[in-house]
Formats: sequence, structure tokens, C-alpha cells
Amino acid sequence: MGVFDPIIELSKGLGEVLRSFLFEPTVTVQYPEEKRTVRPRFRGRHVLKRYDNGLEKCIGCSLCAAACPADAIFVEASENTDEKRFSPGQRYASTYEINMLRCIYCGFCEDACPTEAIVLGDNYELSFTDRRDAIYTKDSLLESVPSGDMLTPRKVDVGVFVRSVPEMKDPTD
Amino acid sequence: MSKQVTITIDGKQVTVPEGTLIADAAKMAGIDIPVFCHHPKLEPVGMCRMCLVEVGRPMLDRATGQVVMENGLPKIQFMPKLETACTNRVSDGMVVMTTTDKAVDGQKGTVEFLLTSHPLDCPVCDKGGECPLQNLTMAFGPGQSRFNYDEKNHLEKMVPLGELISLDRERCIQCARCIRFQDEVAGEAVLGFDERGRNTQIITLSDPGFDSVFSGNTTDICPVGALTTADFRFGARPWELDAEASICTQCPVGCNTTLNTRREAKAGGDVVIKRVMPRQNEEVNEIWLCDKGRFAYHYTESKKRLVKPLVRKDEKLARASWDAATKFAAENFSKAKKDMVILASGRLANEDLFNLKSLADTAGGTAILYSDMGGGDVTAMVGVGQGTNIGKMGKGDAILVVASDLYEEAPIWWLRVKQAADRGATLIVANPCQTKLDKFAKFVIRYAYGDEVKTINDLSKKSKISDEFAKAKNAIVFYGNEGLGLNGSSVLASACGELLKETEHIGKPNNGLVGVWQRVNEQGAWEVGFRPEPDLEKALKGKSVYIVGADPVGDSPALAKALKGAKFVAVQDILETATTEIADVVFPAQAYTEREGTFTSGERRVQRFYAAVPVKGDARPDFAITSQIARQMGIILEGTSVSVVFDILVNSVESFNELTYERLAETHGQWPIVGRGDLYYGGTTYENTQGLGVQLGSLAETGKTVHIPKVRKEAALRPKEKELLAVPVNKLYDRGVTINPAQLLNQRVGEATVTLHPDTAENLGVEAGARVKISFDGISGEVVVKIDDTISTGVALVPRSMGIAIREPVVARVLSRVEGKVK
Repeated sequence: MGVFDPIIELSKGLGEVLRSFLFEPTVTVQYPEEKRTVRPRFRGRHVLKRYDNGLEKCIGCSLCAAACPADAIFVEASENTDEKRFSPGQRYASTYEINMLRCIYCGFCEDACPTEAIVLGDNYELSFTDRRDAIYTKDSLLESVPSGDMLTPRKVDVGVFVRSVPEMKDPTD
Repeated sequence: MSKQVTITIDGKQVTVPEGTLIADAAKMAGIDIPVFCHHPKLEPVGMCRMCLVEVGRPMLDRATGQVVMENGLPKIQFMPKLETACTNRVSDGMVVMTTTDKAVDGQKGTVEFLLTSHPLDCPVCDKGGECPLQNLTMAFGPGQSRFNYDEKNHLEKMVPLGELISLDRERCIQCARCIRFQDEVAGEAVLGFDERGRNTQIITLSDPGFDSVFSGNTTDICPVGALTTADFRFGARPWELDAEASICTQCPVGCNTTLNTRREAKAGGDVVIKRVMPRQNEEVNEIWLCDKGRFAYHYTESKKRLVKPLVRKDEKLARASWDAATKFAAENFSKAKKDMVILASGRLANEDLFNLKSLADTAGGTAILYSDMGGGDVTAMVGVGQGTNIGKMGKGDAILVVASDLYEEAPIWWLRVKQAADRGATLIVANPCQTKLDKFAKFVIRYAYGDEVKTINDLSKKSKISDEFAKAKNAIVFYGNEGLGLNGSSVLASACGELLKETEHIGKPNNGLVGVWQRVNEQGAWEVGFRPEPDLEKALKGKSVYIVGADPVGDSPALAKALKGAKFVAVQDILETATTEIADVVFPAQAYTEREGTFTSGERRVQRFYAAVPVKGDARPDFAITSQIARQMGIILEGTSVSVVFDILVNSVESFNELTYERLAETHGQWPIVGRGDLYYGGTTYENTQGLGVQLGSLAETGKTVHIPKVRKEAALRPKEKELLAVPVNKLYDRGVTINPAQLLNQRVGEATVTLHPDTAENLGVEAGARVKISFDGISGEVVVKIDDTISTGVALVPRSMGIAIREPVVARVLSRVEGKVK
């Protein structure tokens, strides 16, 4: 090994650094100031969806909890009335909790949901200072309403929202 | 034993009694034929066509009547079309094929048709998860329907049939199980079909709707989610529930139940009871449960539950530690010596009562049973024999019901007695007023209030009725305290005992005397040595009283007065009552749902119950509290393990001979098979895996001579002019502390009433529905008049526990009009 060999090697390495610095695009994202968009099938924190009319899609059937392999979901149902309506049909989730420390983001809950109410969203910013903060309640999971008059519960016309699961018109659908 | 026939189902040979239905025979062989309308407890109708199978019978030669043989085997002739396994009875040599392409095709077709109009409600349906339609759809349903969904029949959803049961007309598949249950089993035809074809609907024919105390059972046997209870509405999904075995505490039948529990956010994250389900015990409640047992459990979770020991300080009850509270009580009881009185009710478990009795015996005090009914010593002598099963009684047997309205007091006994009468048993009902059982009785004896003993004694004389009773193969007598107090019922029990002894209906299974007690474990209280006291007021005055599981202050102003004159009052209960308010020290006890123990039913069956929910607050089990007080008095009683208390009990109480907790937990196979998630659907009744209990042997069974105790009958009351004889009667839904917290049942409780004969009412110048004032013994109260022409004149029937303190027949002084007719 010659005397200059280390210097040659070192300048080769530095040259590589210089090359990528000058000619390659930057991949570092300045998180949290800057955020990268996630892939379309990314599975992040859950969101409870609403219909266009503002009613909650969730009917409190608890099938997500049944499908959950980590036992992270707890659902308790109550009865809707036309005076105080949360969701279409007779039943709504009066309690909906997901323990994010337990969740393994497998998406089974999404698959089990008969109304497409629960969706794994694109939010991956989950950090807690307390274990109890890891339990997301219905309020924090529910999608916000587009306008103030669409809040739930609300009074609706009698006999309009009788069915929990949207009716399937075409059997091949 | 009936003739046995051998048939072949799917290549498997089965030998079953002649007359068995193919579907049942297959189940016995472990083969599930899918069913909807067929239920082994109901008559076959063949309405749903789900059980289509191929049936072949041996071919007979028309000329000789002999079986045609082919290659040394009988030639089997199959019907060209499928037959229903639920309506065809087995015959010798029959061959049934349930899994051939032809049979499965038929079954698939049935499911496809049923689904053409069944709504997609499974996610919100309370039956979802334990629904046979779901199971059968998974097994036989078409992957895709050929049906256009726009043509689905839309009907009303959630129609309340009564306060307790709602009907979803869309989900109903018209199997008629509910209608048939009401007609055949309950004998109350309050449901029926309306309209025809695709519009066929279930309707209620009664007013108020679904007027039956057995209505909850229809939700169990409904094979879809058409009938659901208002109590469990959206309570939880069935797979989320935990199940723990228990015993119903509402009446002396001792129905086996399963408590379904779950953690509930509404209850602050506590584990609570979500619903009470029947647990199969063919010798006790079969697979049924009455509405009181099903819906009245809420009291154990009432806001009025006691959670901390309380000690009276400066006229006020203040929280104290267990040590301080028990020490305070122990000091007072030690001082009282012979003046210590323990007043306990039959709501307690055997172990609790035994510890209390031991404390009374060792400390020299007296133990009194808080009850208006006597005769437990007679039932211990001539009670029904071991192995008694009313469900097996029928032709040639006799059942006598005297001074008891079983429908109001012990509905499941009513149901089973009625069914025994349906099977041909001679039913004799002796009651001073009309009861719902009269309709099914062969003989109805109507006597005047006060004549019950004479009526029973007359059955020893020669008459058509007494002949039939004496000649019966087996005979059971149910006696109660309808219209009677402690003395009256004690005398009646002795008279019934004598009658059974004379006719030799004692010491055998299905023979003997059954007391229709007011509380679940009164028979157990008698067994461990508790006795009621005729003059309770005198027994309490000036004494140091330890009241357990009873509310004498709330029940009777006279007892309240007596207790105010007591030296010291310690109260141990699960709920705040009027009695805890006057107590010097209060101990919070655990409800039966929070602990283990045993109850003795009216048929003297000892059964275990288990802990289902966590303990509320600092409550402790009754036997442990007693033991702790005893310890402070220097008396050692077992107080940690309930099974050890039971062992000690068994060693000291003769009738509990050699019982152990293990024996009580034994089970054996039962028919029909219910409670499994299989295709042969028997209902959501739970399978019994936690114990069938053991019946105690009566004295008559030991072969010892039976001497029925003689009780002196008190002189009959003679009302003067303008006075009436007021007698207590029992109501199923009353205002007792165990019913009040159940909001659903409250709607059926109604107002306090007084029932009069039309002539009596006319003499008093009152009409039905009028509001009147009744007064006796310094008590008075407002009641609504009811008219009944089946009772005798000059009496007024006043229900117990409905706000008027009546414990025994009394002379009621006046009935004065309060206001005009009330709607």
C-alpha cells in the first residue's frame, strides 16, 4: 500500500458525497414542517365516516371489534330516535373506542364494516404522553361535518331514516 | 316402556321409541337435520319446509302384507318427493337420507325462498350471532340470489307487541313457534297470524299487548330476530357476552339461569348483567323462564345498593370500617345475651342462614324466619321424593293446588302443572277465588276464605274428587298462603300432610307436599332450623335485633313500631330500605350475582349459583359478615370459604346428608338438546354444564314414621256489620324491593287494589274503578276497587307488597268513598 492510497480513497468518497450533493435530488423531508403524502393504500389512524347528509355511517354493530385480532376496539350501541338521530336506522354507536397501542393496522375492521364507516386514514402521527391518551374515543375518530347544521345528534323527519344498511338495489353490485 | 323401532339415517342405525319424529331421531343419533319451525317442545306443524329429506320405507307385499325381500335385505321404497323430517314419525325399517343431492337441493331451495324477503339487518339485529337463519344460510344458502331485490317485501319494523317484546315484521319467517308456544306450552293464546300469503304477520290478540308472563321465552325460541326483548335491545352482541350460571331468586321454583355479563361504558366501565337467560334443567324449569325472572334482575345494580358499613353517630348514619361496625354490633349482642334476636328472610343462601342459626344457637339468642307462611317442617317430612319431575307426570297422576295462585306466585310451576294436566294428570284446584289454572283443572273446588282446612279434610271423605286423588299413581300437593297468614298456612300444611300420608302419597318420587313460598330459599331456612314467629311484634320489642335480608319497617307500620322499641338494631342487606334508616348499624351484603352459594327450592332441590359480576363497594357475603360479628363475640364460625360453610352445614343438618359442592355441580345429558350453535335449533336457552342440583330426601323416604305436627287453628275472625274480612293475596308483579328497580316491569305493576264481590260493593255503594280507603289495625291506605263475582261476599282481597301492609287475614273496619269514579 502506497502513502497516497488513503488520500485517494478519501477523495473518492468525498467526491461521491459531492456528486450526490450537487447532482441528485434531495430525499430528506423536513418533517414536521414538511410532510410526505402517503400511498393510496396506506393504513393509518382510523376515521369514522359520515354520509353526505352528515349522519354517521357507524351503526354500532361491533363487527369491527369482532374482526379485530388485537382486541383494540370497544363498541357499545344505543337506540336512535327521530328526535335524536346519530345514524340511519335504529342503532348507533354510543361508545366507540380504539386503543391505538393495541392496534396493528391490519385493516380487518375496514373489511368487516357493513356500512364502510370505519376507514384507516392517512394519519400516522400517533404519539402519547399517557397510556390513556392512546385510547381514541368516538369524538376524536369521527370525521368533522362540512357545516354546522349537519351535526349529530339532530332532529330529523319521522320515518325517513329507517334502514341501517343502505339498500342494495342490484344483487350483482 | 314404549316400543322401540330401528331406523337407518345416513347409513347409521338408530333405535328410538316408536312415535319419535325423524328430526328428533336424527338428533339422538348425532345427525343435524336443519329446522326452523320444528321445536322438540312443540307439536309438529311442517310450516317452513327446511327439514326436507328423502324417506324410504320397507316395501310390503299387498297380498300377504309381508316385507318384500331383495338380495336378502328388505326392499326399500322411496317416496318420489322429499318429505319433512319434522312431521313424519319413525317406523320400523325406515331409511332416511339427509345429505343426498336431492335432499340438499330441497333444503337450499327453502333457504333461498326465505331470503327473498329477509332484510339485511344482521349487523343491527339482536339475534345476530346466535341466529339459526344465519347458520343455515352459511350451510345451505345460495352464494348468489336469483331474486330481484327491488321486490323485497317491506313491512313495519320494531312493532311493540307489549312493553317487553318487540316484533320486526320484516324479519319474521312465519314459523309460528311463538304462537304455538303461547297456545300449547303457556296455554295463553295471545298471539296469532293476521293476513295471508306474503303479508302474513304476527299480531297480539290481547289487551294489554302480549299479556303473558312467559313472553320472554318466545324470543328464545324465535329462529330469527323477529322477536326481541326491550330489556336487551342493542345491549351487546351475543359473542361479546360472558356467561355465568346462576339461580333465579324471584320465587321458590329455583329456575336455572345464565347471567350474561359485559363491561359497560354507560355504567362507568363496570361489568354488568346484560341479560338473564334460562339454563336447561328438565326437572326444574325445562328450558323456560318467566318474565319476572328474566327482567327483574336490575335490583342488584340499583343505585340504592349499600356499599360501606354504616354506624349511627349523633343520630346520623356515618361510614365506618368493617372492624368498627362489627365490633359495635358484637358488643351489643354480647350484652343482650338471650335477648338477641336474628330475623332473616328466605332471600339468603343456605350457607348464610346456617351461619346465622349457628350464631343464634351459640350465643343463646333466637333465630326467626321473616315470613307469613308456615309448614316447612311438614314439607321436610312429606316433601316430594328424590327424583321428582313434574314434567314426567301425566295420565293416572294427580296434582292438587290449594290456597295458591301458581300463575302469580310461581309461574314456571304453573306452566309445568298445566302441562301435566294437558298430558292427562288429574288437576284439582282448590282456591277461594278464580285463578288462571281453573281452566285446565278437572275439578275446581271453590271454598270460602277460612275454610281451606275443612276443604282438605273433606278430601279424606268419600267423594268423586277424593277417590281420584287417592287412587292416583302419584300425587303432589302444592299449598300456599293465598288469603292466609302464618297460622292459617301452617294448619293447612299439616292438613295437606295428613291427606298425603293417609292416601300413601309420600316418600316416593312425584309424590308429596310442595310449599309455594314467598321467597326463593324459605325451604332452606326451615331445613337449617329457622322458624317464623306468630307474634313478631312481641318478639322484637325491647330486644337486640339482627335483621338480615328483610325490610320489616317498610312492610308493616306495626313492625316498624316494634323495632323502634328495640334496644339495638343491626341491619344487613344489599339495598337501602326503610329498615336500614332506623338501624344502629348497617352492613352492606353482596348480591347473589356477586358471590357463590346454594339455594333450596320449594321442591327441596339444592342448587348452586356462581359469582357473575364484581363486588359492589365494600360489600361482603352474608355468611362472612355473620362470622365476623361472631368472632368479635368470641364465637368461631367459618367465614372465608362458602364451600367449607356448606361442608359444616352438611355435617350438622341431617337432610343435607352427604351433599358436596361437587355433587351439586354434576350434570347429565338432557333431552331435548338446546343451546348449541347447530342447525337443529332448540332456542337460545343455555346448555347446563354447571350443575343440575340434588334433591333432598324427605323424612318419609328414610322409612321413619312420620308424625305430622298438629297446629292449633286460631279462631276465625268475625267481621261485624259494615266490616269486611280483608285477606292477603299474592301478585307476581308487586312493589317489592326486588321488582321496583326494574323499569320495564314497573309498567305492569299497576295500582294497589281491593277486590270485592259485586254484592259487597253494592252494599258499600262503590263501583269498579272507584278509589276507596281501607283501614285496619291502625293502617289505612287508598286503593282502587276491582269487582270479581267468583269470590265470597263480605271479603276484601288485598294484594301483598302493594303499599298496604297486610300479612294475614284481618277485619277491615271501613271502606269509605274518597272521590268519584276514576277512569
